[in-house]
Amino acid sequence: MSWTGIIGDTLRAMFGETAIVFALAAIGLNIHFGYTGLLNFGQAVFMAAGAYGLALFVAEVGDWGNLPFWAGVLIGLFGIPVLLAIVLGIPTLRLRADYLAIVTIATAEIFRLLARSPQFDSVTGSSDGLTQFAQPFYEPSPFNPRERYLPIPGITNSTSAGTVDADGNVLAGVSDSGGLFTGNQMWLVIIGWAVVAMVVFAVWLLMRSPWGRVLRAIREDEDAARSLGKNAYSYKMQALIVGGVIGAMGGMLRSIGTQLANPDQFITDVTFFAWVAVILGGVAKVFGPVLGSMVFWGILGFADSFLRNAVERTVSGEQLGFIPDSILTTTQVGQVRFILVGLLLALLAAFRPQGILGNKEEMALDDR
Amino acid sequence: MYKKFTGANRLLLLLIFGLAAVLSSAVGDPGAAGAQDDAGATSAKGTLAASRIGVPEVEITVASADGSFSEAVLTGEDGSWEVQLPVAGDYTATINPDTLPEGVSVRENDGGVREFSANAGRPQPVLLGLDGAIEGGAEAAGASRRNDIRWVQLTVDGLKLGLILGMMSIGLSLIFGTTGLVNFAHGELVTLGAVLAFWFNVTGIFGIEVHLIVAAVAAVILSGAFGGLLNLGVWAPLRRRGASLISMLVVSIGLSIFIRYSFQFQYGATSRTFRDFANQRVVDLGWFALPPKDMWIIGFSLAVLIGVGLLLQRTRMGKAMRAVSDNRDLAESSGIDVERVIMLVWIAGAGLAGLGGILNGITESTSWDTGFRLLLLTFAATTLGGLGTAYGALLGSVVVGLLIQLSTLVVPADLKNLGALFVMIFILLIRPQGLLGRAERIG
Repeated sequence: MSWTGIIGDTLRAMFGETAIVFALAAIGLNIHFGYTGLLNFGQAVFMAAGAYGLALFVAEVGDWGNLPFWAGVLIGLFGIPVLLAIVLGIPTLRLRADYLAIVTIATAEIFRLLARSPQFDSVTGSSDGLTQFAQPFYEPSPFNPRERYLPIPGITNSTSAGTVDADGNVLAGVSDSGGLFTGNQMWLVIIGWAVVAMVVFAVWLLMRSPWGRVLRAIREDEDAARSLGKNAYSYKMQALIVGGVIGAMGGMLRSIGTQLANPDQFITDVTFFAWVAVILGGVAKVFGPVLGSMVFWGILGFADSFLRNAVERTVSGEQLGFIPDSILTTTQVGQVRFILVGLLLALLAAFRPQGILGNKEEMALDDR
Repeated sequence: MYKKFTGANRLLLLLIFGLAAVLSSAVGDPGAAGAQDDAGATSAKGTLAASRIGVPEVEITVASADGSFSEAVLTGEDGSWEVQLPVAGDYTATINPDTLPEGVSVRENDGGVREFSANAGRPQPVLLGLDGAIEGGAEAAGASRRNDIRWVQLTVDGLKLGLILGMMSIGLSLIFGTTGLVNFAHGELVTLGAVLAFWFNVTGIFGIEVHLIVAAVAAVILSGAFGGLLNLGVWAPLRRRGASLISMLVVSIGLSIFIRYSFQFQYGATSRTFRDFANQRVVDLGWFALPPKDMWIIGFSLAVLIGVGLLLQRTRMGKAMRAVSDNRDLAESSGIDVERVIMLVWIAGAGLAGLGGILNGITESTSWDTGFRLLLLTFAATTLGGLGTAYGALLGSVVVGLLIQLSTLVVPADLKNLGALFVMIFILLIRPQGLLGRAERIG
């Protein structure tokens, strides 16, 4: 049992790229659901819009690729997601909450099927996805991609995670000298948390503005807000756009981190994880989704690393671990994580719908 | 009230972990059943087909689990292939996607890979299929069927899919009607039926494997019981506590993830078929061709669904179910025991969903997320017919099934589900109460 390794893995999960991605997706969802009451179960499609918006126009595929990186970022943040929110919102924002949930989840699946289809292989790369678009992001990085940074006293990367990135890809030629992140990850993490901080600040400003108060009024009682002369439909649309753009930032960072935009990065479960982050942190709290994402991935990172350490295995002739194969194998560890996620989500929704930070009076799942 | 809830909740946890434990002891290693057979030469064979037409010249590689054997073959003129195996044991057959002709692709649910265990002395049929259709495939394969009656074949296929979806959507729709819950974990009830049947049929309990029909009966009963226990342990306490519909919806999503990955934990990520009725030869009936099992499935599910319809129409309980679904308060004030009706809806709905999963497993295959893949189609069917109505759900299912299959006349096969999803969105916009639903405010 390598406790230092487990602590390192947990820290890496709490502060790494995935936590950032889901923090952004969850902030967007919080605007949709927490502040406006929209039951969006298609946040994955907004994330995908960010990722594909960048990748489609920057990667050297077909006639419409090859745009400069900054142009792809603009299209991926303010082009495709806004368009998507409008197309999705015009017909659906009048629907009751649970119907909206079904329509949004279906939209995300429609997109995934289209992106996966071999019919559009020359444009989308079908199930392989798109690559070769993220390099410009790393060019200004002051960090050496072959070094590891942020060494923490006593923690070496002796665990399996040492030369493997957050998604399990082996990083060729990375020195295993300790430190939480590789140079590229370091750069992404710094930019990512800076973006999260800016977005949190912006949401804080927005939600204490008159605009934010109207959103909350709509959430509490749409008819009352209407009778005060507020165009509830238009406000809901604006909330959908703002939350969608923030979700797209998350998706874009994900594709930059993995240097890949691929339909299976945006399956329905991705939306569900963002929901767990929102509910765990506290619905309708500015900092809730960020805390929720960090705690959520921290728990998962810890569980994963702990179980991998605990499973019996032989490493260079040495017998390690104490959980026998008949109870848990290393391939099953990945599934245990998701079993925990499901349990966590169900128990939270049933017993503590206000999450860590929320208070029941302001907003909880139980509100309506 | 609160005390009761914690008690019931303990029951739920017990139930879920009990289920996980049962599955862990049983479904664990499906290959083990065949492993004790004597080592000896055998073979693996199959027919690679897309839209029922054999696909020639595709490379298939069969490799043993321990890596000691690997051989590649090309499929013949009619898509058939066979590989001689040195010993009985566990093998993997893999389609080489680079050798596929235009218009076809490996199935998304298995990725063109199939694990199987071969017994000595008899050729092991291996189910590998393709999505899509080869261009001009009918002529190329010398098939007797003409392209202009392809829609007949697709209609029959669509009917089959629609009837299977119907099994799932009745429960989903009645649960929504009686309790207001949009149950995202309904797909897992579908998978449960199929996985339990697989356990009884292939893995075997205490070394005894029963015929699929016996296994299916047991699995349906257990699925129904599981649905009843879910209601007792989770949903009834939540209703008593006055939980909002949205928090119940989120609970159902959590349950869905929890149960689904519990399945993957035990059942593994590969899709598998039952021991019986696998790999039947297609019978050409002139206008369309089907393996006998598919004809039985169509007849059987028609009978079951008509039976369910009669029960709903004629019996007191059936009438009570429809009454509660239609207007809960009115039903309650006229003396109907609403909680009892809901309990029965859960049991019957879960049993039917399990049966749908088994039928789907017979005609296709079963994987840990079979039900989740079908969930959106079930939503499409129920919203199309009218959420909360039983007959609407049936009608919607058949329409969705037909639409999915017939849409392959114009769209590529890998996009066939899109039509159903678009129709669902469209119907929610123009007639949100569905075809058979009664108008009420949903906006």
